[in-house]
Amino acid sequence: MARYELNDDSVVVVIGSGAGGGTLANELCQKGVKVVLLEAGKRLSPEEFVNDEWAAFVQTAWLDKRTTSGSWRVARDFPNLPAWICKTVGGSTVHWAGASLRFQEHEFKTRTVYGEIGGATLLDWPIGLSDLEPYYAKAEAKMGVTRTHGIPGLPGNNNFKVMYTGAKRLGYKIVHTGRMAINSRERDGRPHCLQIGFCFQGCKSAAKWSTLYTEIPAAEATGRLELRTECQALQIQHDANGKITGVLYADADGKQHVQKARVVCIACNAIESPRLLLNSASSKYPDGLANSSGQVGRNYMRHTTGSVYATFDRPVHMFRGTTMAGIIMDEAGHDPKRGFAGGYELETLSLGLPFMAAFLDPGAWGREFTRKLEGYAHMAGMWIVGEDMPQASNRVTLHPTEKDRFGLPIPNVHFDDHPNDIAMRAHAYRQGAAVYLAAGAREVYEVPPYPSTHNLGTNRMSARPQDGVCNAFGQTWDHENLFISDGSQFTTGAAENPTLTIVALAIRQAEYLADQMAKNAI
Amino acid sequence: MKRVLDRRLFLRTAASATATVITTGGAVVIAASNGAWAMTLSTFDATTARVLLVMTRHLYPHDMLGDVYYAEVVESLDKKAKADPGLAKTIREGVAGLDRATGVPWLQLSPGGQVEVLKMIETSPFFQTVRGETVVGLYNNKLVWHHFGYQGSSTEFGGYLHRGFQDAGWTMQPDAEASPPPPA
Repeated sequence: MARYELNDDSVVVVIGSGAGGGTLANELCQKGVKVVLLEAGKRLSPEEFVNDEWAAFVQTAWLDKRTTSGSWRVARDFPNLPAWICKTVGGSTVHWAGASLRFQEHEFKTRTVYGEIGGATLLDWPIGLSDLEPYYAKAEAKMGVTRTHGIPGLPGNNNFKVMYTGAKRLGYKIVHTGRMAINSRERDGRPHCLQIGFCFQGCKSAAKWSTLYTEIPAAEATGRLELRTECQALQIQHDANGKITGVLYADADGKQHVQKARVVCIACNAIESPRLLLNSASSKYPDGLANSSGQVGRNYMRHTTGSVYATFDRPVHMFRGTTMAGIIMDEAGHDPKRGFAGGYELETLSLGLPFMAAFLDPGAWGREFTRKLEGYAHMAGMWIVGEDMPQASNRVTLHPTEKDRFGLPIPNVHFDDHPNDIAMRAHAYRQGAAVYLAAGAREVYEVPPYPSTHNLGTNRMSARPQDGVCNAFGQTWDHENLFISDGSQFTTGAAENPTLTIVALAIRQAEYLADQMAKNAI
Repeated sequence: MKRVLDRRLFLRTAASATATVITTGGAVVIAASNGAWAMTLSTFDATTARVLLVMTRHLYPHDMLGDVYYAEVVESLDKKAKADPGLAKTIREGVAGLDRATGVPWLQLSPGGQVEVLKMIETSPFFQTVRGETVVGLYNNKLVWHHFGYQGSSTEFGGYLHRGFQDAGWTMQPDAEASPPPPA
């Protein structure tokens, strides 16, 4: 592994080692760029992962205190856990289920296609599907996405078979085991999936793509990456001209250092990324860095989610095999006749008994609840992933009084559903229930959203500086050597799970960044 | 927890055994009525232990589960209360509040009456603390999983690829395009 001096101002500092940061770091290293990768969490190996929901949660989740506000149910059920994401090398690619879908063409121009929607801050992306297609192809090849590049789909488990049965009887057409970054065959030095289950708890066989054991070792092999684990970025620093000069961070012992940098790339997930910019406020930039638009932290999106579980006469054992084992894509398009803009995917999901007890109806107790849980072995489940409306008031802000252990304000996450979100969720609950009833369900449960795993939009890209935080390459409008490299740069959220798009954008950004550096433009 | 019997006998008898709270030599002990197991508490008094044992079952009642699993939740709360005086106070005052709710000691109420009182206080920190501990502790106990048909950790058995991940024979059989065959 490379070692760089703190005062080496020729390095690119990437903050966060997940889908965005881990990929970007590797792509840059492959192009000969020197990279310091700061990661707040520890480095685990797949052998250390555990097939145990609560133990894995404690092992990998980002548990630093956050607060919530707004009318979303997460604020009531999980007031200090707005998001279920990771603090570990690999970030949330350790936890993700592997669904890897391209955005649809219209989802890059929602303001144009959906028109003005009251209360929503819809904006067209400054790029379109055609700009991203080559990078989607590279991302799919890198990640080994099934049903792309000639890679076969995964075999469907019982949970998928139940979904398939209901979906077919209902007349849905696009129903299969998904495009998954999980090896259906041995590939890239990693084995095929053993249907272990526990995709959310870290894949012990490494069949599921994670930057932890793909991008990061590949970057290390170039000799250009220095990964510093348990190092949390506290502040981004700048000079009198607004040029970014380095990053103040705290190491595992709490000792603070400044790493000088030629370029800084932020990929801390869409809560910590805006928080870092806001916490970097200075006398020159009292509202935080990259925030001349006032958009940092705004337009927080989390997908319109919810789950439908159902109990059947015969056993399902949904926990056997991949967590996200199949998909219905028929509702993903934009069809305003349904009473809302945008679309949604229905994807199988399973929880083990410990998490089912916590999430089936958070806060519920008593015999009616335990009767439902006693049907666990006969349950099937699916998750709704739909496009939610960006709103200026859905926002990550700094808490006015509460501080973290470094003395910095903790983030508050405010979220209210837009009426479009509510209408979409209602439709999706109905359709999900119809699928299961068609498959013979005895009872159907509408399960409220879990803490967010898809956190998006809080540093959005825009065609004009006044509308967003960064340009089409994630380069911030206000500081040419400061980049946004995670899902916070999404202009809108689309109906698809975001990781593939984060990876595609990171590959594209690395190309741009290396080119700009070679030209001495930054 | 002290398991008096060997594990196999314990598993066979624990599910049906009810528990009582006794004090021996000043220590509060929750013990199975058949002597299969016993656990000694360090913080709670006998009344508190009795209340919590009954309350945790009211919160998440499963007739198929013996008292031992609820007693383990109480034991875990007792340990935490020892290390956390604030928690100990919440529990102590909460238990007293249950008795105040109707003027009749809560344990003397009928089961239905006990549940009614729990509903009255369900927004209290005491109730939420005990509920949170129970919903995590009870269902995270690996010994209860087989009662629900949950099999838990699978890596050590090679996953479910050859252990029934597609064995629900009652569904439609997806075509090979929707669900390709597993690797040979």
